[in-house]
Formats: sequence, structure tokens, C-alpha cells
Amino acid sequence: MGARYLRLFLLQLQMSAATAMQYRFDFLVEGLMALVWIGVTLVPVLVLFDARTSVAGWTFPEALVVLGFFTLMKAVLEGAVSPSLTAVVEHVRRGTLDFVLLKPADTQFLVSTAKFELWRGVDAVGALVMFGYAFRELGRLPSPGGVLMALVLVLVSLLVLYSLWILVVSAAFFVVRVDNLSFLFGSIFDVGRWPVTIFKGPLRWVFTFIIPLALMTTYPAMALLGTLAVETALAGVAGGVVFTVLARRIWLRAIGNYTSASS
Amino acid sequence: MIGRSLRAFPTLLRVAVADMVAYRAEFLIWVLTTNMPLVMLAVWHRASEDAPVGRFGQKEFAAYFLSTVIVRLMVQCWVAWELTMDIRQGTLAMKLMRPIHPVLAYSAEQLAAIPMRILYLTPVVAVLVYAAGEKIAITDPAMAAIFVLSILGAWLMTFVIGVMMGTLSMFLQSAFSVFDLWMALHSVFSGYLVPLELFPPWMRTLADVLPFKYMLSFPVQTLIGMETQEQALRDLGVQWMYVVVLTLAARALWQRGMKKFVAFGG
Repeated sequence: MGARYLRLFLLQLQMSAATAMQYRFDFLVEGLMALVWIGVTLVPVLVLFDARTSVAGWTFPEALVVLGFFTLMKAVLEGAVSPSLTAVVEHVRRGTLDFVLLKPADTQFLVSTAKFELWRGVDAVGALVMFGYAFRELGRLPSPGGVLMALVLVLVSLLVLYSLWILVVSAAFFVVRVDNLSFLFGSIFDVGRWPVTIFKGPLRWVFTFIIPLALMTTYPAMALLGTLAVETALAGVAGGVVFTVLARRIWLRAIGNYTSASS
Repeated sequence: MIGRSLRAFPTLLRVAVADMVAYRAEFLIWVLTTNMPLVMLAVWHRASEDAPVGRFGQKEFAAYFLSTVIVRLMVQCWVAWELTMDIRQGTLAMKLMRPIHPVLAYSAEQLAAIPMRILYLTPVVAVLVYAAGEKIAITDPAMAAIFVLSILGAWLMTFVIGVMMGTLSMFLQSAFSVFDLWMALHSVFSGYLVPLELFPPWMRTLADVLPFKYMLSFPVQTLIGMETQEQALRDLGVQWMYVVVLTLAARALWQRGMKKFVAFGG
């Protein structure tokens, strides 16, 4: 069972790679654009820390670690999660989801692995460069325990990110036009580039509990920097797992609601 | 042609407004995507807790970023997407058949969004007046006139550039990447993310020359009284020069594109 899905996953990945290689020039252009956008995300951070040595207790290299995790998450979101799931919305709108439903594999798995944008790898490399630079500035290395904790948190965050997207897509079964909802999601996700403790009051609460951006960028960064309490990390992991289970339930419900557009 | 178009224009506007009202929920979601300045406001507000950054204290940051939301939403337009879609799907052919210039029809669609946006913007304006009311400089009639002209100029620049970007897809396969690059530069050099005067000197000089500042930062700074009248008049001159040059360029590009345009099917 597991082996079959792994094979299926690799096959889907191979298809995406083959498609990407057909449009080599586009691949190059998109890769360059990813670099440009990394530059754009750096600008406000550089200006801010040019004016201040620390904001809400965060120094430049520390904030850069958060930005690194943000860039990494964004690479996954825009490279692996949103292209496939945008395709689902199109399937629902046109009624072609029928063909996917008929296939002898889990529908959520099939639609989630339908498309990968491989040039987003540039973002992942950018994130690693940011980590490298930040820790050189700090003049120390993260502790092995910190790295482990950060890895666990990143994995949980990926689950949460994916689940959030599944929820947005589930909405497509009820309201059909959610392409703009995905833009809204993207614009809110942008907040994750800032350490959550910079925000005060309700804003911080929202980005910790309702839309858990803190879990995705600030907590892994704090883990890597060695400032995250173990209890916080555990609470984050538990919350993430509950959230994922809930999202799967909602997806199953939503797909039960699907009626073909026409055939 | 022109006379006929002008007579049809009010009707076009009415149709477009009705369309906008029908999709009001969707429209609200689009409006909500312009939330970045508010996030930047929260960040800079925290950073200027103890001491102002240059000319900017907490109140100035509040006035700046709230006005940025207002101006951005007033001048924003999605003609580039509409045009690209019409070219790719061939539906432009239909629009070309009508006895009215397609660009004029697009402009009606874009203008019709403004009343609805103003409606959604009222809470932002209310917060602006409450949080930094005394910073609003348009109580002076001269500045008020400059502000109105600057908004008009910014709208025209944004629209004309949108038309150019859309027309590019008649020539290029990856025209969308050009637009993406444009948006990246815009978010840095228009003052959308950071007030331009907080940049290092070489970037400020660059921002003065590039068109982006005149599409956002200039009206914003005029509104909140961060430009002297002399400065504002000079910027207004540069802005309208850009309007003229860009319009001529867009016209030339459109005419060349029309010679190449081929639609399939009907």
C-alpha cells in the first residue's frame, strides 16, 4: 500500500519535471524571478535593521533566521502545494473532477501531487544561504538538539500549511470561485516573514492560534537559535497534528458534497 | 469614433458598476489582499516605540501606511490580466469588433471599481482620521488640488502601464514574467513596503528617477503633508510627463501589436 503510493508520488514528480524541461526558457526566467522576489523580501528587513539594532528583542541575524524559514515554507507552498490545489479548483469548476474520482487511488493524494513547480528550489537554496549568513553573523552554530527540534517543527508546519490549503480548497465545493481566496491566503502568509513577537495584542494571538504562522516561521527559528521552550514546541506539535486530522475530516465531508458540473 | 465612444461611456460605466455590485463578496476579498502596508505599519509602529526613525514617529507611520492602503486601492487596476486573458483566449477579437476602442472599454471597467473601493475604504479613512487626523494636509486648497491631480496621474500611469503589460503578450510568451518583475520593482521603489526616505541615498536617487514613486509614494506624501508645496509641484510635473510619455509608448505598442494579433475560432 505504502510502496504503491510512493511509486505514484515519484511518477507524478517525474511528470512535473518532464513538463518543466519542455519549457526551459520559462524555467530559467521563473528561477531568476524567484531570486528577485527574495531580494524584495529582504529590503524591508534591511531597512528596518539599518535604523534599529534590535526590534522587540530580535536582532538582524535572528530575524534573518525567521525570514529563512519563511522563504523555505514559501518554496514548499508555491512549489508543491498551491499549484496542485489550484488545479483542483479548476476541476471542480469544470466538473472534470469526475475523472480523478474514478481513479483507483485516494483522491486527496492524487490531487495534491498533480503538479510541482521545481524552480521553487531556488527559494529553498536562498533559505539555506540566509541560515548560513545569519549564523556566521551570530558567530556560533545551532545546537544539535535545536536543529532536531527545528526539523520536527518544520515537518509539523508543512502538515499545517498543507491542511490550511486543503481547507481553502474544500471551500471550492461550496462556493466554487476560490481562486481569489488563494490570493488572500498568500497575502496573509506573507506576514510570516516577521517574528510573531513583533506584533502586539490581538494580532499576535491571531497569528499564533488562528492562522498558525508562528508555528511555521518563528518557532522553528527560535528552536534553531536555542530560545524555544520545549513545552511550546510540544504544544505546537500537538496543535498541528489535531489541525491536520480535522482538515482531512473536512475534506472528506466536502468531497461528499461534490456534484459534477455536467457530463 | 471619439464622439461615439464618449456617448457610450456612461452606459459602459453603469454596466461595469452593476457587474461590480453583483460580485461584491469576491471584490471584498480582492480588496483584503492589499494588507501588506498594515503589516508594515505594525512592524514600524513597534520599531518607533522609543524614538522616531528620521522624520517618522508612530503617528507618521500610521498616517503613511494607512494612506498607502487608500491610494493603492484607488489606483490599482487589473487591466493587464484582463487584456492578457482576452489575447490568449482570443476574446479580444470580439471586443475589437465593437464600435468602441477596447482600451476605452477596459478603462470603464477599471473606473467602475472605484466607487465600490471607496465604500470599502471608509473604515480605513475613519481610522486614519482618528489616529493621525492632524497629519492630513489637504485642508490647504493648493495641496488639495495637487493631491487630486496626483491621484488622477497615478491612476493614469497605472492603467497605461497595465495596458502595455497586457499588450506585451501579443509579442512574448513569457509576458507575465515581465509583469512580475515590474511588480517586484514597484513594491520596492513605490514606497509600498518602506517610506522611500528611509532608503540609503543611492536608492532614493534611483526612486526619484524611476516611475514607481509617482504611482504611490508621491500622492501619499502629499496627502499627509510630508512634501512641501514646491516639492509636490515638481513631482507633479514629473508625474504628468510620465503620463504623456507612457501613453504615447502604449499607443505605439498597441498599434504594432494589432498588426500581429491573430485570434483563433470565434
